[in-house]
Amino acid sequence: MALFKLNVNKRAYQADVEGDTPLLWVLRDSLGLVGTKYGCGIAQCGACTVHLDGKAVRSCVLPVSAIGTGKVTTIEGLSEKGDHPVQKAWDEVDVAQCGYCQAGQIMTAAALLKEKPKPTEDEIVSGMSGNVCRCGTYHRIREAVKVAASKTN
Amino acid sequence: MQTLDNTSRRSFMKIAAAAGGGLFLGFNWTNASALPVVVDAKAVVAGSVSFNSYLSIGTDNIITIISPNPEIGQGIKTAFPMVIAEELDADWKLVKTVQGNLDPGAFERQVTGGSGAVPHSWERLRKAGATARHLLVEAAAARWKVPATECTTSDGKVYHKASGKSAMYGELAEEASKLTAPKDVKLKDEKDFKLIGQSVRNVDNHNIATGKPLFGLDFYREGMLFAIIQRPKAFGYKLKSVDSTAAKAMPGIVDVVTFENSVAVVGKSTWQAQKARQALKIEYEKAADLESSSDHARIFTNLLDNGEATVRRKNGDVESAFKNAAKVIKAEFQCPFLPHSPLEPMNFFAHVREDGVELVGPTQTPDRARGEVAKLTGFSPEKVSVEITRQGGGFGRRLAADFVVEAAHVSKLVKAPLKVVWTREDDMTGGIYRPAVRYRFEAALDKTGQLIGYKLRGVGMNAGNSTREDNFPSGAVENLLIDSVDHKSPITTGPWRAPITNFLAYAEQSFLDEVAEAAGKDPIQFRLELLEKAKKAPAGDVKYDVDRMIAVIKLAAEKSNWGKKKGVHQGFSVYFSHRSYVAQVGEVVMEKGKPVLKNIIAAVDCGIVINKSGSLQQVRGGVVDGFGHAMYGNMTFKDGTPDQSNFNGFRLIRMNEIPEVDVHFVDNGISPTGLGEPALPPTGGAVANAFYKATKQRLRNQPFIEEPAFKGIS
Ligand code: FES
Ligand code: FES
Repeated sequence: MALFKLNVNKRAYQADVEGDTPLLWVLRDSLGLVGTKYGCGIAQCGACTVHLDGKAVRSCVLPVSAIGTGKVTTIEGLSEKGDHPVQKAWDEVDVAQCGYCQAGQIMTAAALLKEKPKPTEDEIVSGMSGNVCRCGTYHRIREAVKVAASKTN
Repeated sequence: MQTLDNTSRRSFMKIAAAAGGGLFLGFNWTNASALPVVVDAKAVVAGSVSFNSYLSIGTDNIITIISPNPEIGQGIKTAFPMVIAEELDADWKLVKTVQGNLDPGAFERQVTGGSGAVPHSWERLRKAGATARHLLVEAAAARWKVPATECTTSDGKVYHKASGKSAMYGELAEEASKLTAPKDVKLKDEKDFKLIGQSVRNVDNHNIATGKPLFGLDFYREGMLFAIIQRPKAFGYKLKSVDSTAAKAMPGIVDVVTFENSVAVVGKSTWQAQKARQALKIEYEKAADLESSSDHARIFTNLLDNGEATVRRKNGDVESAFKNAAKVIKAEFQCPFLPHSPLEPMNFFAHVREDGVELVGPTQTPDRARGEVAKLTGFSPEKVSVEITRQGGGFGRRLAADFVVEAAHVSKLVKAPLKVVWTREDDMTGGIYRPAVRYRFEAALDKTGQLIGYKLRGVGMNAGNSTREDNFPSGAVENLLIDSVDHKSPITTGPWRAPITNFLAYAEQSFLDEVAEAAGKDPIQFRLELLEKAKKAPAGDVKYDVDRMIAVIKLAAEKSNWGKKKGVHQGFSVYFSHRSYVAQVGEVVMEKGKPVLKNIIAAVDCGIVINKSGSLQQVRGGVVDGFGHAMYGNMTFKDGTPDQSNFNGFRLIRMNEIPEVDVHFVDNGISPTGLGEPALPPTGGAVANAFYKATKQRLRNQPFIEEPAFKGIS
């Protein structure tokens, strides 16, 4: 066990865990940030997507020891009031069925739009195809990314 | 909108009481004709159980509705309250929905399965809303000393036009709660629905988009431990010996316990328990036959040929029909196992205490969970509480209670509150599967292309009957024989979204396409002719509504511009399941020599659509699920051991692989029927028939991707 200092959602945290613990489980079990979901644990589904220094990463395969001074953003910290354009678009388009994959979808979409504020349809599809939605809300995810893009400048 | 946990639910009740009343309305989910009873809030809080669900109107105008059925993504937590709010003429912005915990004394059918919740509750919900509205009007009329018949309601207010008076429901709630409920209450004319039929957003959208703890896996409690369980690696193995010395010495590990054929590693965090599990040294021994998927074709064919079949339906004289046939068409269809793969894996919290058991988590059947845990622990069911969380999908997997019982088992042994967490590998390999089955269809045509004989034999697995023998085309064919044989497999199987029909519908609808072709008929025309026959000269009982089926067929044909599109290969399918009718047209286009599914047009009759947005997504999601699993889903076993264990080996459909899905609802004013499942069964057939048009190759087995038509194409 070792003490890791983490910057998550602009707050300083400490976690006393083994260095190989995936960030996902540190967030969930140690820090109580359960918005980030577990779906596969092997970087296949995207449910665990968070931002590390603004880039989308899969927290299930990211050992806590690899984070260093990196800034982590989770779904809880994407916006203060849940009003990030992507979060708003997700409500407007009424994307969620069970909702379990959606935190990961939203984090992936937010990172995608940061990189490409006006993505083409193909860019949306290829950017989002790493995220599984078992309920099959893909049409609405695609639509919501478009809506969010139209509302960000 | 918010979800309240157990404690806040209790305090909500208390607050309602403390606020000096408000209107509490208990309504009976069991019996549509049972009278809703108005009770005083204090009586409810005092623990009255004579009411099956509660609707409350607070003096703050907030209307709270407890939704008893588990929410797994089917949208019940939004749809139920909409129905009540409609009859109540409530202001939707002031409606709050709360997930009810298991309470068999208060609620009936707290199950999510069989697409049955809405049909079960439609009348009851409407009456509950209408009764409350009636009482509020009465209270207003009494206060204003005007006839109740002169009062109207809308958006959470009662109006008296002549005097210009109006009052919010919250202001009237207390007075209304003192009145006696009417014996009979008039329901709205469906034409006057304002909310039902609109698009209402999921009540939990905000919580979902901001990562609030909603799901079972999100449930944490101070001091709670985490259990990761090693189950036998093969179906047919049993535990021989366990050496847990190394695992116990790992950091954070509290205990390792053994029960039945499982070994549970209990630790202070999920990761520590996961890691320590790898250090277990376990030996197994063979306890039953070990089955391999590669043997299925042989086993099933043998059963189709020689098995002792149970007759499911018989009409006319099939033997003669086939003897006299001008043409006989025969085809067989087989599918593999499928895991359910809800994105939230199985998990459950259990605390077995001295005086009872507390259970918290995602279950589609809370009552079954309670019953099985009561049996295990020796407590009476009343001593076992079940709090139902939101669930990250179910697809039938959470109808079983194995994972709940496990949690109770481990908590009992360790004497601590803990959560059993299944990894994805556990979920995929240790589970319950959609059974692998095989169907044999035979059809006899006379010289004019009339279908004069029809045979279906199914080999089911651990299920008894695999045939749904009263479905179309039964009733439309004079000479018909449907029977089934069962194969007992050591691999555990169970219901998977649209049980049986998730594969049977595809097999049947593909076969009918072949028969239509052999008869030289357009596949839609062929079905319509059969349906005419079922109507005019039925062969035996007809247990589906012929006219409703015809209507969806025609709607799908019209909306897809059937047979008139250039360069588009269309395939047709129609199926009746869970009381609803769905017809689909699949559209395949050749792109660079590759057949690509571009569109699916769906015509749906599920009666009145309650929530347009939710319903549209149910259909799209069902189609995506149906296509995805038909195309890619392949779970195989070798000597009882699963070959796939995670999403790298088991392929789920992704965004780049979906067709567009164009949905059309039939508007017929019939009471709503199921929608969580019915869109899925017809998809495989529509797709397979469209691929056939494009490639001239029939898809006889799932997953399609393994079929000759797709070899060399990915
Ligand atoms: S949980 Fe990390 S990608 Fe699936
Ligand atoms: S909404 Fe259920 S997994 Fe995506």
